[in-house]
Amino acid sequence: MIKLKVNGVTRQHDGDPDMPLLWYLRDELDLKGAKFGCGMGLCGACTVHLNGKPVRSCSTPVSAAANAQVTTIEGLSTDGTHPVQVAWQELDVPQCGYCQAGQIMSACALLAKNPKPNDADIDTAMNGNLCRCGTYLRVRAAIHKAAELTASNATKPATKPAAKSASGAGANLLPRNGGKK
Amino acid sequence: MSKMNLNRRSFLRATALAGGGMMLGLYPKVAALAQPGRGAAPALAPNAFISIASNGIVTITAKNPETGQSARNMLPMMIAEELDVEWKDIKIVRADLDAKYGSQFSGGSTATPGNWEPMRQIGGAARHMLIAAAAQTWGVPEAECSTASGRVFHKASNRSLGYGELASKAATMPVPDLKSLKLKDPKDYKIIGKTTIGAETKDVVLGKPIFGIDVTVPGMLYATFQKCPVYGGKAVSANLDAIKAMKGVKHAFIVEGQPITGNFMTSDPGLEPGIAIVADSWWAAQSAREKLEVKWDEGKWATQNSVDIAKKADEISKQPAARTLRKDGDVEAVYKSGAKVVEGAYIYPFISHAPLEPQNCTAHFQDGKMEIWATSQTPQNGRGMVSRILGIPENNITIHLVRGGGGFGRRLNNDYMCEAAWISKTVGAPVKLLWTREDDMQHDYFRPGGFQYLKGAVDSNGKLVAWQDHFVGYGDGERFTASGNIDGGEFPARFVPNFLMQSSVMPLGLKTGALRAPRSNVYAWVFQSFIDELAHAAGKDPVQFRLDLLSSGTPGGMNAERMIGVVKLVAEKSGWGQRKLPKGTAMGIGFHFSHQGYFAQVAEVTVLANKKIKVNKVWSAGDIGSQIINPGAAENQTQGAVVDGMSELLQEISLKNGRVVQSNYHQHPMLKMSQTPPIEVHFIKSNNSPTGLGEPALPPILPAVCNAIFTATGERIRTLPITKQGFSFA
Repeated sequence: MIKLKVNGVTRQHDGDPDMPLLWYLRDELDLKGAKFGCGMGLCGACTVHLNGKPVRSCSTPVSAAANAQVTTIEGLSTDGTHPVQVAWQELDVPQCGYCQAGQIMSACALLAKNPKPNDADIDTAMNGNLCRCGTYLRVRAAIHKAAELTASNATKPATKPAAKSASGAGANLLPRNGGKK
Repeated sequence: MSKMNLNRRSFLRATALAGGGMMLGLYPKVAALAQPGRGAAPALAPNAFISIASNGIVTITAKNPETGQSARNMLPMMIAEELDVEWKDIKIVRADLDAKYGSQFSGGSTATPGNWEPMRQIGGAARHMLIAAAAQTWGVPEAECSTASGRVFHKASNRSLGYGELASKAATMPVPDLKSLKLKDPKDYKIIGKTTIGAETKDVVLGKPIFGIDVTVPGMLYATFQKCPVYGGKAVSANLDAIKAMKGVKHAFIVEGQPITGNFMTSDPGLEPGIAIVADSWWAAQSAREKLEVKWDEGKWATQNSVDIAKKADEISKQPAARTLRKDGDVEAVYKSGAKVVEGAYIYPFISHAPLEPQNCTAHFQDGKMEIWATSQTPQNGRGMVSRILGIPENNITIHLVRGGGGFGRRLNNDYMCEAAWISKTVGAPVKLLWTREDDMQHDYFRPGGFQYLKGAVDSNGKLVAWQDHFVGYGDGERFTASGNIDGGEFPARFVPNFLMQSSVMPLGLKTGALRAPRSNVYAWVFQSFIDELAHAAGKDPVQFRLDLLSSGTPGGMNAERMIGVVKLVAEKSGWGQRKLPKGTAMGIGFHFSHQGYFAQVAEVTVLANKKIKVNKVWSAGDIGSQIINPGAAENQTQGAVVDGMSELLQEISLKNGRVVQSNYHQHPMLKMSQTPPIEVHFIKSNNSPTGLGEPALPPILPAVCNAIFTATGERIRTLPITKQGFSFA
């Protein structure tokens, strides 16, 4: 029997210990946020946190999560108020949206250890998360935005407007250069 | 594409809602449906509902499938603008497949041009009826009334009523004559042209179960489906008893499917043969599948190899072409006249759609009725096929349109829907069928590969005077494989006095189909690369050479003035010819017209050691008419199209012994974040009705990058993927 905590709730699994964590989360716990994309850890759509570190749940057996803390996108917030979720909405990052739970979980893990990443830090942390629709420029800009939101939440009154997105210009949500710094 | 005319094709009907409120529906006149234009895009029959509850909440039904193009925002935006309500007061709901909505289709960049006029007319008609209701209530002339933010005002008497208060009465008002209906002056737009956030963005960031793969039905079983690795093959026998004895497995059986014959495929074959394994969890079904031992009858295509196909194409290229599709002037005479002649063989592979969400479908057969949850881009076709294959009348088949994790054309076909329906009917339980990535990549409807043998000439003034293309593709006789067709009108037809387009075809044992910007996604690379070769041969600047070429056309089809506009704009924005670039760094340009959209793109590229390419920046200029309806989404789509096009430079599906060699993303790569350049997006707002953008924004980037590589290195890329010539993205 495997015991683990998923989004703060204690769970136990009596079935196949080799079953990938992804299928345990999706089909046994009905947490559908993490997605199946490749089954080989190549696309990152299934990314969840295992003791705070991003892992590809499609190729992580449930047994590897024994006595560990698992966080899925459902565990970030129930109302979309986590700064990364806020940034993703403000910049309207998704197109089809299928990869975005994985993108968001990788982004959260990055920001937890590096609260003010530069472009190179972001590219390194996010290169394992593929986006078939090609929303990378917005993903990167949203990570900068989330970093700014977190910093301003920590130090400023809530009424302060969010800092401007990465590089100004542009009539729309995103700067024309896609948030490159 | 035919222009929609609401009066001729459909009628509006208003209905009072129980408990107060109104509903306005647009009902298509059935005979007016589907009038396919050039290419694969049937005309949309626009249809939507507005319902206004007595509390003022306006609900707009978004009828089309959504796979990430933001149609679920755009169509309601058009209605809301003319209805004159605030976007925040709109609730968007998703339609199921239902005849009352007319055509429900996603593809061909048709949502904008097909809906621009009728969606606004629906909004305008509802607004007119609300005004009529208010005027009657107050006993004042309609002309004295105005609207704003979901209210009707009579300024003279300082009175106003909310739409919710008026809705029940408005439902009894006559539907206005749409021809005389006055729509807003675009300068008064409050919603169109302003960015709105995706209707389902919040659900996405919360990880809500909104995709096909997330569907759960009580009592549901899970299925996998193993097809023969060779197209057209079928199972003779398998160790089904051993499989059925495995943990969690409930059923395992051979599906005969429909026989596949012929020298190539023209359309969706429907139910292919295979072996279904049904279990109480997907993991159990998939684990059992790994123990499957099958004796296959591999059929007639088991000896098919990509290397043999390439050799055969080369042989064909040396023979006279089978067909002549267009002949203007006399190219041979030009070659003998002393003009400078250039030749090049352009070769490109099959590629896979590879949407991130593998194909899946949930089906529930019960009491003679079938209920289906599917991500199909063509649910109406799917229902027809399920009806035919299973012998269930269409009116006993319900289809729920679930968000798809990327379409790109893959979900235009409904093979997975047929499989799920068949399996559910066989086992008598609700079943979720889910393919693996390997299933998805190896049993796709691939973008057809091909071979184009080009020859052209420039005269002593540097003018393009001859263009010849022998297209070697797949098909039989005069028929081409799906989305592998070519015709005599391809650019630069009409712009070159001596023009010859010819074709030959080979048989093919592989499914093919439309991939985002079908045909254009690679023909633009061929034509715009070869134009670049000719520009260099002429000693002319590649932008100037193109502008000269575009100025020399005869009327018909593509509007050269609009293309000249985007070429000039992208040259200006990119600083073409204005900036001194370091050695190894160069710019390249491409343009292409497709799906009624005009796009030109410039890439600035640095070629590093070992032929590693860094794309420093991309500039895109597009002309898709007078309005960019949702600018934020348009920018996102354009940037995504550029990323998608760059990925296609790396991709290949090849065949060995009839089998697809590539199986997952490590062998069929996508661009990564670190490889994605900044992408500037510009639009010209021209005096033309708005058209779509998901597809036409893609094709130019492929030649733009390859043309930049040539200028930087002197090496012309004539074979895709670029790795064949040793190049890769850093």
